[in-house]
Amino acid sequence: MTFLFSAFVLTLLVVTALAIVRTGNLFVAIMLTGIFSLLMAVIFFLLDAPDVALTEATIGAGISTVLFLGALALTGEHERTGSTNRPLALVVVIATALIVIYATFDKPRFGDPQAPVQQHVAPWYLEHTPESIDIPNSVTAVLGSFRGYDTLGEVFVVFTAGIGVLILLGSAPAMRSGKDRTRPVRSSEGLRHYLIPRVVGRFLIPVILLFGLYVQFHGDYGPGGGFQAGALIAAAFILYALLEGKEQALAVLPRQVLTALMVGGALLYGGVGVASMLLGGNFLDYSVLTSNPITGQHIGLLLIEVGVGATVMGVLLSVFHAFAARGGHEKC
Amino acid sequence: MLMELLRLYHYWVFAMLLMIGFYAVVAKPNLIKKLIGLSLFQAAVFLLYITMGKVDGGTAPIFQPGLVNQVFSNPLPQVLILTAIVVGISTMALGLGIVVRIKEEYGSTEEDVIQEINRRW
Repeated sequence: MTFLFSAFVLTLLVVTALAIVRTGNLFVAIMLTGIFSLLMAVIFFLLDAPDVALTEATIGAGISTVLFLGALALTGEHERTGSTNRPLALVVVIATALIVIYATFDKPRFGDPQAPVQQHVAPWYLEHTPESIDIPNSVTAVLGSFRGYDTLGEVFVVFTAGIGVLILLGSAPAMRSGKDRTRPVRSSEGLRHYLIPRVVGRFLIPVILLFGLYVQFHGDYGPGGGFQAGALIAAAFILYALLEGKEQALAVLPRQVLTALMVGGALLYGGVGVASMLLGGNFLDYSVLTSNPITGQHIGLLLIEVGVGATVMGVLLSVFHAFAARGGHEKC
Repeated sequence: MLMELLRLYHYWVFAMLLMIGFYAVVAKPNLIKKLIGLSLFQAAVFLLYITMGKVDGGTAPIFQPGLVNQVFSNPLPQVLILTAIVVGISTMALGLGIVVRIKEEYGSTEEDVIQEINRRW
């Protein structure tokens, strides 16, 4: 039964993807990517990956849609029609598709416990999580402790991408010659005059924030963790900015605070690693943080998850404000 | 036989999504559309990883007291993809930032228009 349901959702995924590529209106395409991400999250959930489903739902369906729309407001929503027929591209794509599908016949059977991917380190992780880290969610254990280096690297990639966007869009847009663009910036009002979104938003924002904090600190026990929580809390503040205007949102969380969160999160993660080295262990070996190795692991995971959450939230909100500020300059 | 083919369906959907994304990247001249195609391509790879981690009769890899001899799906691909999704959105934001700057410099987000302007210079 589950299998039929997932087959149905997978088919919907392909249909949505085709619609995204075929539509000439980029606004429609971006709305469809939101649906695509939500369907993808359902598939991840059916494939026993609630952590990934939560991430895809918050990032893919929430934040990514807002960022794409922010960019679209600056570039225009219509694709130029005509001259999009590229027969060579179609031939290459179909040939590659046939090769990839041919290769799938050699893949291990879906769900096979004997498949090579299930043999190597994965059973070791599952076996050692209870004894050496003692938290129920083995995804968090692998993410934060067993493969802490990987996650540190990913956090720095997110951080670097955030800095990149701030460098690209942080400076004032170039003045076009011949046009006087010195009129004062119209302060954005958001949806302040629309009663229903405001009232509903006021109820939603505290609930989203509370859920974000729950996901942040309950990540050791259930699906969740810093990545999802950072995205959820960022989503709450983005909703606030859309409802009350971005000046109001910046008054609540100024840019300096966002930059501090971005930098501080990455530093906290690295700092935990250095602290464990100073205490005589390996880099990111949390066992030495306290006299009891298991408590040390718990404290280490808590700290690095806070670091991850702060960096993700800081980067996503900084990026959102970078796009939004650009829009304010363009419109005036 | 039919069941065997149905079991390959996840992989076929992966292949189709991968190719739809690939087509958008190579064939569509609009830069935003190319980025959307890239995110489809990326999502297809995520689907492949999570599909490979699934074990028959398994459940989410979260331990619960009282459950003994429970089969768990593989946590490792989930960890890799969880972080990859967040990295994906950050790099996508960087890509969008570059497109916005291109629009400001060239006045267009269409690949051929930009190439035409470059050629004239």
